[in-house]
Amino acid sequence: MRNLILGLALTSIFVAAALISFLWTPFDVTKLDIPNKLQAPGGAHLFGTDQFGRDIFSMIMVGARTSIAVAIVAVGIGMVIGVPLGLAAAARRNSWLDEFIMRGNDLIFAFPSLVIAIMITAVYGASAFNAIVAIGIFNIPVFARVSRSAALSLWQRDYILSARVAGKGAVRISAEHILPNITNLLIVQGTIQFSLGILAEAALSYVGLGAQPPLPSWGRMLAESQTLVSLAPHLALFPGFAIVLTVLGLNLAGDGLRDLLDPKLRVART
Amino acid sequence: MNRVLTGGVLAVALTSSAIAQTDATVGLQLEPPHLDPTSAAAGAIDQVVYSNVFEGLTRFGPDGSVNPGLAESWEVSDDGLVYTFALRDGVTFHDGTALDAGDVVFSLDRARAEDSTNAQKALFEGIESVEAVDDTTVRVTLKAPQGQFLFNMAWGDAVIVAPESIENIQTNPIGTGAFKFDNWTQGDNISLVKNPDYWGEPAKLERVEFKFISEPTAAFAAMMAEDIDAFYSYPAPENLVQFDADPRFEVLEGSTEGETILAMNNKDEHFSNKLVRQAVSMAIDRQAIIDGAMFGYGTPIGTHFAPHHPDYVDLLSNSPHDVAKAKELLAEAGYPDGFSTTLKLPPPSYARRGGEIIAAQLREIGIETEISNLEWAQWLEEVFRGKNYGLTIVSHTEPFDIGIYARPDYYFQYDNPDVQALVEKLGVENDPDMRRDLAQDAQKIISEDYVNGYLFQLALTSVTNAKLKGIWPNAPTQAVDMTAVSWVE
Repeated sequence: MRNLILGLALTSIFVAAALISFLWTPFDVTKLDIPNKLQAPGGAHLFGTDQFGRDIFSMIMVGARTSIAVAIVAVGIGMVIGVPLGLAAAARRNSWLDEFIMRGNDLIFAFPSLVIAIMITAVYGASAFNAIVAIGIFNIPVFARVSRSAALSLWQRDYILSARVAGKGAVRISAEHILPNITNLLIVQGTIQFSLGILAEAALSYVGLGAQPPLPSWGRMLAESQTLVSLAPHLALFPGFAIVLTVLGLNLAGDGLRDLLDPKLRVART
Repeated sequence: MNRVLTGGVLAVALTSSAIAQTDATVGLQLEPPHLDPTSAAAGAIDQVVYSNVFEGLTRFGPDGSVNPGLAESWEVSDDGLVYTFALRDGVTFHDGTALDAGDVVFSLDRARAEDSTNAQKALFEGIESVEAVDDTTVRVTLKAPQGQFLFNMAWGDAVIVAPESIENIQTNPIGTGAFKFDNWTQGDNISLVKNPDYWGEPAKLERVEFKFISEPTAAFAAMMAEDIDAFYSYPAPENLVQFDADPRFEVLEGSTEGETILAMNNKDEHFSNKLVRQAVSMAIDRQAIIDGAMFGYGTPIGTHFAPHHPDYVDLLSNSPHDVAKAKELLAEAGYPDGFSTTLKLPPPSYARRGGEIIAAQLREIGIETEISNLEWAQWLEEVFRGKNYGLTIVSHTEPFDIGIYARPDYYFQYDNPDVQALVEKLGVENDPDMRRDLAQDAQKIISEDYVNGYLFQLALTSVTNAKLKGIWPNAPTQAVDMTAVSWVE
């Protein structure tokens, strides 16, 4: 429980920062103020200013938006495509469909997400949208596998058998009986994938394949601070901390949620 | 065992540092694709071999002056058509073969041949014929008088090569310079050793190693750890403050031939309108770009000409930073609410950082830019060859390159017969006063036509060990001439 609260608290700080940034940021992140560049933290600029005199606190807020948006959509793509695939594979266990889906998944799994991203950006150019697609594709097999393995064990249950006897088709059973029973698992997996998505977005932006300027992104802030780090370490510290704390928060929340939602663990505890 | 080895290495290191140092390692950002300066445009080739390994009839001095090279002297006929070069005696190539007039004829004929892959064929276009009068005399006849001929012959693309060694020139360059090519570890370094049989002032260093470090962070670390003795054209101006403050190092600040411009696609639907181009030029705050992107290093320019050149005209007043005026111009051009365009940026930090600043400045007058960061290969493909762009930022590093404005098919697609006529005249004019007038007229026209946004002259900032002396602070051409470099205690 403690993990869950701490995790949710950390996560909600960044979600709140992202939401508030839609309405208000202390400074305009697209406005450059070169005479005030590289100011140390404190004073008017809480986290200092970057090499163009932009307010780092505001950039972290807007960067949270970028990170969270990319991660949410990417996890969404993974779920929307991956879960039905996994359910279909489980419903037609050991058929050619099952083989086709799962071997296809293995194929995608074998590619590191960065390689997929480089491939996509080489063809379509670098942008936040393409980063989302790349991370999303990488998420598909994760959700397909999780939902297939969970669904497989459910298919052995008696209540599924009675549903089949009652004449329900595989699609209806999957939708009405299997899916609601694996939701817990998907939520836990989703939280973990979400944190991985934030890391992946940071990594892609770091190498220049993610969100393009002037849209702030934590990964790109890190990349741009690289040559300045000995001169102005705060440039790297704040986006670095933002990434670490968000990912930590999401992982703690994921762990906590699993403790709370996973029936097996619940039984073990009581 | 390990400890014994470390001890041994340490002992060797100690003894070698006790004797006077005769080798130097110089960091460079780009590794050359191969080592033949006469068959590729890559400036990285010239940086390694120009003057060090290969020499031409004439050569550039550190200040950009044209000095005798392999030609000891020359005579020009009264009509300006015939140049008779007297070659130096007793010059040998690194493989032992002697330099004679035949090698010069071979080199120039090869460069201007139909199937030549020389990157600067225009340098040789005016040559009618090249003949060997005797072993040490060469006569070059021009089609028309040419103002720049001796200057042209000093380029890295015009160095003298030998037919005996031409086959393997790309991997084993054989020239006449004060250093011989020694070894190339691809992806890491190229080493040169002193040529003991050099015809002129011998090199002071026994060995020179060029080490290729593309990453500014790695360059900073290597310099700080003194793994390298100098870094020519240091890529991250933000670190220079620290080097400057450290007594171990010296920061050399010079000027390059690099006019850094915000190039506009003159055939683009928006930028074909001169008012739009003027608006963009006036939206730019040059000082903010120099401070923000280059940490103060750079000189503002108002036209495509190097400010250190004697024929430069200061035309900054044509495009002062004036947001209100820029907005007016944009409205007059029919875009009161601005428009969107693309800003495609190659990798150097002047472009990437400068691009973000310019995007913010253009936003002030209502022009939204979609920034895309491209690798060099992509940039060459999309922007330079494909001309598929609205705006881009690039530094034009060739000396005296105003002639590109006379090429309507060049990537910014500027087509003005007046400039074309001026450049053509400039190509044949010999008289320095006339040349100055022509060059200044051309500068004025392109500045008043707002062909491109003229930003700043790229500063050349190199970092060297404080005891290493003789590295050129300026870059009259792409060269890291090591022949006069030495250690001073």
